[in-house]
Amino acid sequence: MSEEPVVEEPAAEEPVVEEPAVVGPTRYGVPVVVATGQTVLHPEVDQWLETVRALQADGFCMAIDVTAVDYSAHPGRIDLPEGVSPERFEVVASFIDHAGGRRVRLRVQVPEADPVVPSLFDLFPGTEAMEREAWDLVGVAFDGHPDHTRILMPEDWEGHPLRRDVAIGRIPVQFKDAPAVR
Amino acid sequence: MTDVTTPAVDEATDKSAGESAAHLGSAERVLRRDDSSAVLRLSEAEAAVLAGDPDDPPTGDAGDQRMILNMGPSHPSTHGVLRLMLEMEGETVLRSKPVIGYLHTGMEKTAEDLTYLQGPTNVTRMDYAAPLFSELAFSLAVEQLLGIDVPPRATWIRMLMCELNRVASHLLFQATNGMDLGAVSMMIYGWREREEVLRFFEKVTGLRMNHNYIRPGGVAADLPDGWRDDVRRLLELIPPRLDEYDDLLTGQPIFRERLQGVGVMTPAEALALSATGPILRSTGYAWDLRRDQPYLAYHEVEFDVIVGTHGDSFDRFAIRLNEIRESLRIVEQILDLMPNGDFRTQDKKVTPPPRARIDESMEALIHHFKIFTEGFHVPEGETYAAVESPRGELGCYLVSDGGPKPYRMHIRGPSFVNLQTLPHLMEGGLIADGVAVVSSVDPIMGEVDR
Repeated sequence: MSEEPVVEEPAAEEPVVEEPAVVGPTRYGVPVVVATGQTVLHPEVDQWLETVRALQADGFCMAIDVTAVDYSAHPGRIDLPEGVSPERFEVVASFIDHAGGRRVRLRVQVPEADPVVPSLFDLFPGTEAMEREAWDLVGVAFDGHPDHTRILMPEDWEGHPLRRDVAIGRIPVQFKDAPAVR
Repeated sequence: MTDVTTPAVDEATDKSAGESAAHLGSAERVLRRDDSSAVLRLSEAEAAVLAGDPDDPPTGDAGDQRMILNMGPSHPSTHGVLRLMLEMEGETVLRSKPVIGYLHTGMEKTAEDLTYLQGPTNVTRMDYAAPLFSELAFSLAVEQLLGIDVPPRATWIRMLMCELNRVASHLLFQATNGMDLGAVSMMIYGWREREEVLRFFEKVTGLRMNHNYIRPGGVAADLPDGWRDDVRRLLELIPPRLDEYDDLLTGQPIFRERLQGVGVMTPAEALALSATGPILRSTGYAWDLRRDQPYLAYHEVEFDVIVGTHGDSFDRFAIRLNEIRESLRIVEQILDLMPNGDFRTQDKKVTPPPRARIDESMEALIHHFKIFTEGFHVPEGETYAAVESPRGELGCYLVSDGGPKPYRMHIRGPSFVNLQTLPHLMEGGLIADGVAVVSSVDPIMGEVDR
């Protein structure tokens, strides 16, 4: 699983790099970090599709997982590379390259004001259910998804239960103060 | 053994994954997004509009014989609470959509309210046919964030228990698959042999299911005295029974007729749909995390990755049957290789002090109390750990904010992802074959809905 942090910049891409904020190493033109031995890329929302396309062209043959995290209760994260500004939501996608035995994870910061990420359906149709789940539970929308509906919660449910401002449900207990039988 | 299934050679150089893409076939079929797709992308509300008033059925074009049929969520062959929305023409399935969520209990939300030590009690209830794998994926992820290693004996106990769990899970598949196809006696045999394995689990973990046995830092308890005899008994008991299954099912013409050529998928389609486990391997694509990205100590044992040829329901059946044999082969090697030593890490931050210390040391008592009330703190970060469960890649994505409870815990359930193959496997087939297809995908709804 351990992958060395190969600093690899496509020669053709180099002059196009305009963001001076990106000072760390990059791969596929986006910042890369290695966390617990795993390669993590940090594209921006508008780099999302092209980064995944580059991964697919590079041999990553399967989308393993797409999920989302609501970071509203955890400000001041320390694990983002320089030049990546934290936002409330994060979409996390994992890909695997069978031939090369490599894994890579993409984390994209999605602002609360416009929680939309392009859908990966046309590249990896297996993400259909995963993106529906991320929409259903966290409330990040996927632009261009063929069936953008809830998947686990009832169709008429309001809200997104895995957001941090949704309380954990409790079953009301009658006679709560009554002495328990022990 | 059948002529259909050929065990892949277990060599590092054998990388069918790296070969040219030509033999993988085309994934065009699964990429369709319009009405020609096998997936019926129809919401509840849209279906209700189509159905209209049940007392006044719509009188459409007389030539249009299509209808939408609901199968499940309570149906004997949908393995729990899977509901299929089928677009039928006569007995032929045109499009379909698995409707899930009937067992959704918000386990990922619950995980945010449980300490890392309580976490396995939660995840073990996801895939209730293979609970130890969820515990393992969760524990591996926590250990990655903590940066701790578990002692060798704990690693080998985990392997032993997981392989036996794979046996139990595949035996359960044999039972339910037989039942779905009308081989009802097979159901009794499968449950009977599975019960033998579960009896061993009960002796080791205290419970037949939902063990909470594999925990961050190791396992909950050492193997009991005489465990070798119990395991040897299983190794003697099960293989002859598997040969019986071969007699009963594998070579039986009616059974083969029911499965061969039903629900066919190419490797490219399986890859595009993120299908893993026996579904991917049935297409002839040799990919098993135990061999290709070894975790625990799988690089130290010998086993074959079983692959199919045709990607049909029969291959998926035969792969699971032969994977039981391979798992037993691994268990046999574990008997010889099991090291002595601790069954959990001696890292004081993770492991509570032994019971005897609590009687004599105030600090040990406080320490014990802190671990079980507040829980241990895990450094900030995020990680992903994957294991090969009986159903495919089971992953745990874990985010820690530095506190004693996970900030976010996400399980990549193989059943959840594999369920996407259903519409494509059922397309154009008969509804009776649909039952065989659902059975061969072997979804566990607890893991699908979480």
